[in-house]
Amino acid sequence: MSGSAPIANGKYEMVVGLEVHVQLRTRTKLFCNCPTQFGEPPNRNTCPVCLALPGSLPVLNESAVELATRAALALGAELHEESIFARKNYFYPDLPKGYQISQFDKPLATKGQLVIGERGDGTAMRIGITRVHMEEDAGKSIHDRFPGASAIDLNRAGVPLIEIVSEPDLRSSAEAGSYLRLLRQLLEYVDVSDLNMEEGSLRVDANISVRRRGATQLGTKTEVKNMNSFSGVERALEAEFARQVDILENGGVIEQQTLLWDADRGTVRPARSKEGSHDYRYFPDPDLPPLRLTKDWIERLRGHLPELPDAKRRRFAEQHRLGTYDIDVLTASPRIAEYFEAVAHAHGDAKTAANWIMGEVLAVLKQSGLPIERFPVRPRDVATLLDMVRSGAVSRSAAKRIFARMAETGDLPAQIAEREGLAQVGDEAQLAAWVDEVLAAQPAEWDRYRGGEKKLLGVFVGAVMKKSGGRADPKKVNQLLTTRASG
Amino acid sequence: MEATLSAAELAKRHALGSVAPAETVKQAFARASEIRAGPQGLNALLSTDREAALGAADEVSRLHREGNRPRPLAGVPVVVKANIATLTMPTSCGSRILEHYVSPFESTVVTRLRAAGAIVIGKTNMDEFAMGSSTENSAFGPAKNPLDPTRVPGGSSGGSAACVAAGIVRIALGSETGGSVRQPASFCGVVGVKPTYGRVSRYGLVAFASSLDQVGVFGRTVDDAALGLGAIAGRDRYDSTSADVPVDDYRALADRDLEGVKIGRPREYFPESLDARIRDRCDASLELLRGLGATVRDVSLPHTELAIPTYYIIAPAEASSNLARFDGVRYGLRVNAPALRDMYERTRSEGFGPEVTRRILLGTYVLSAGYYDAYYRKAQEVRALIADDFRRVFDSGVNVLFTPTAPTPAFPLGTRSDPYDMYLSDIFTATANLAGIPALSLPVGRVDGMPVGGQVMASHFDEATLFRVAYALERALGEDAHR
Repeated sequence: MSGSAPIANGKYEMVVGLEVHVQLRTRTKLFCNCPTQFGEPPNRNTCPVCLALPGSLPVLNESAVELATRAALALGAELHEESIFARKNYFYPDLPKGYQISQFDKPLATKGQLVIGERGDGTAMRIGITRVHMEEDAGKSIHDRFPGASAIDLNRAGVPLIEIVSEPDLRSSAEAGSYLRLLRQLLEYVDVSDLNMEEGSLRVDANISVRRRGATQLGTKTEVKNMNSFSGVERALEAEFARQVDILENGGVIEQQTLLWDADRGTVRPARSKEGSHDYRYFPDPDLPPLRLTKDWIERLRGHLPELPDAKRRRFAEQHRLGTYDIDVLTASPRIAEYFEAVAHAHGDAKTAANWIMGEVLAVLKQSGLPIERFPVRPRDVATLLDMVRSGAVSRSAAKRIFARMAETGDLPAQIAEREGLAQVGDEAQLAAWVDEVLAAQPAEWDRYRGGEKKLLGVFVGAVMKKSGGRADPKKVNQLLTTRASG
Repeated sequence: MEATLSAAELAKRHALGSVAPAETVKQAFARASEIRAGPQGLNALLSTDREAALGAADEVSRLHREGNRPRPLAGVPVVVKANIATLTMPTSCGSRILEHYVSPFESTVVTRLRAAGAIVIGKTNMDEFAMGSSTENSAFGPAKNPLDPTRVPGGSSGGSAACVAAGIVRIALGSETGGSVRQPASFCGVVGVKPTYGRVSRYGLVAFASSLDQVGVFGRTVDDAALGLGAIAGRDRYDSTSADVPVDDYRALADRDLEGVKIGRPREYFPESLDARIRDRCDASLELLRGLGATVRDVSLPHTELAIPTYYIIAPAEASSNLARFDGVRYGLRVNAPALRDMYERTRSEGFGPEVTRRILLGTYVLSAGYYDAYYRKAQEVRALIADDFRRVFDSGVNVLFTPTAPTPAFPLGTRSDPYDMYLSDIFTATANLAGIPALSLPVGRVDGMPVGGQVMASHFDEATLFRVAYALERALGEDAHR
């Protein structure tokens, strides 16, 4: 990369559109009854249809249509009552039929949008969604397993995907990153996919061009593939931006081509083209009648959509009176939001619940690597624990220890407090005895305190807490000490 | 097989136990060897499975002994075209590329035939991937017409037509994309029916042009064909293009006259250039139909002449995509080469014959960017016009149309070397495929000693009327149908 690029960067802006492939969370493939389960032995999940044996025919999986529709609705897209499956023809060994069944000029939905933040002037930064269409996945070619030969695994062939194509509305790698994170969050909310990038259930291709700032004409674009993380997408866009700027600054022209991101080297390289030309000879698949959705059906699905991230954020601000940071953390995943609301509802104080979840629950989850839906502590037990803190039955510090135990054992907080002797001690006689011992050990300090050095109170409270093993009720200890001093 | 028995009568006797299915099957094989139906002779049968057939015959006997309900095709031997998947015997499609390919799954039509009691005894020769009108395009050599082995049996389902004409079986399955059952039926002097698109499942029929393909049935008589079609018709959840329309009893109107039936005689099917003897045969049949109570009127289907050019854009376009799966990767012929592209090229060059190659190239061309609108889209528009022609005529009160099936009788082998001349064999039949309507060919007499067929066409899913007219005409013609 030439040294001139960073200097020249300021003159140019990046124009990016993203194509996101999302594997739909169906039990079976798009056009046959084979399971979609990941990780099976090669070619286990195959049948005459997805092997493209002569005479086999596709039959559309209705639950895939339902999930695709949910995703399109969540993106605010216009659902088409009639869409057409078309054949995208090309030869490749992992494409058994010699064509991919996809949607072309009549996709499932068009004209959606995703808001990825606010501009300086407070207006929403809306990224247009050109289209959402359904298609089947291809199989996998394995080139490094058998010397001198390639192997084909068709387990993935025919797995249902949606492709979400954005308008070229993104202007930086950071915007692309926000778009992807918010898109993933939205799709998690509507629960249409496992969204696992490592298993390939979410894949991103980027179309990128550059132009001088202020120009309205789009430059020649390249397509960058093979990014396997969102940060990889951001890095790839930066690298490709710099490459294109460098070419333009040196008087060259951008060649329209497909590039592969090399994460190890941090560079892009040209892809080996699958076919000499990319004339896919699309035409409507005569084996599949047009997909017809009734208005009623679409509206019923719309009615069943869960609360989406934006709405949830607004509601959390109004109903729970939480700040932006808390809201962002708690609505990041719908399951965390749900967990939070269950705790807040049972406990009654949203702010306390929010703090506890952000501080304790998420820390334990992060440490254990468990997803929240498999977290053994039920929300109502967390609420009970918070109730105990509020009533003074346990101290905050004891509560943290109890919570750690709850996460390990799934036991109830009261049981743990009892068993481990962590119940807060409010008994006057016991507290007085501890206070006596502390004062007897520090007579000089006690005199100074009584002489007006009020900040020493904390030292005594701390000493009593320590003596009690954290069980003494600090409020009562406080009271006891002040009474004692004035008495 | 007793030549005088209908398939229905034969099934009845098997069920009653008066004839043993195994004997019927043995007679079918005996007849096949007597007339040399195999590669050294008529070359109508590409493969047979005697052992499985006899096993199936014993199974039919056993079921009846155990008191099971008699089935409509109990013990009736049938043959099926080599592009229809069966679990034994190769589904070669008449092609080198699938020469040894045996399907691991069974077509819905064969499953239904077997469920009706039929016994599949062999697979029949065909033009490679059903592309042709004479069965000369088979990779395994041409089939011959049993009525005159110097002539073609027609095609592409020539082997099935020949097996029925030769008296090996009474019922055979073929497939149609543009007349491939009716034209050979006409050439061989048997009955052939192409049902409405969607009437019969295509699951297990190796695709040529999916929007046109439909399994069809040959019968020695109208009744045999009606019985066969009744057994395979109906919605199949494995074929999204099969229709959920009730299946009529096609044999119910066998004895009816034609009082109240309105028959159209489309003038485009009787052009000046038509062989006068074929015209006379058809007009004589129309006279007979009138005598049975039908009214006949002249009608017009003005877009008929566009059918062949339209067909030869749509069918190759779909074929170019449907045949992409024969790439040497998963099954069938593979000719190895160090580079992937070379493996594809060698496999497909050696695996496909010249007509298939021609149509793949044609289809690839018409779907290419820049040509799609001029060819494929335009052809779809013309196709809609052809379908509208039929709709208008049927909406005007006409129940069926009557036409010649083919412009000529069976021609001598090797005489149609120009592909376009060959394509014109389907000039009267391709329209029904493009419009999706049902049509049937039955023998209406002979010209130069060779049979010629008359074609009955009806509106979508009205196979009942199609058969009603065919039964009545067959009865009225009597022996004249074969004179």
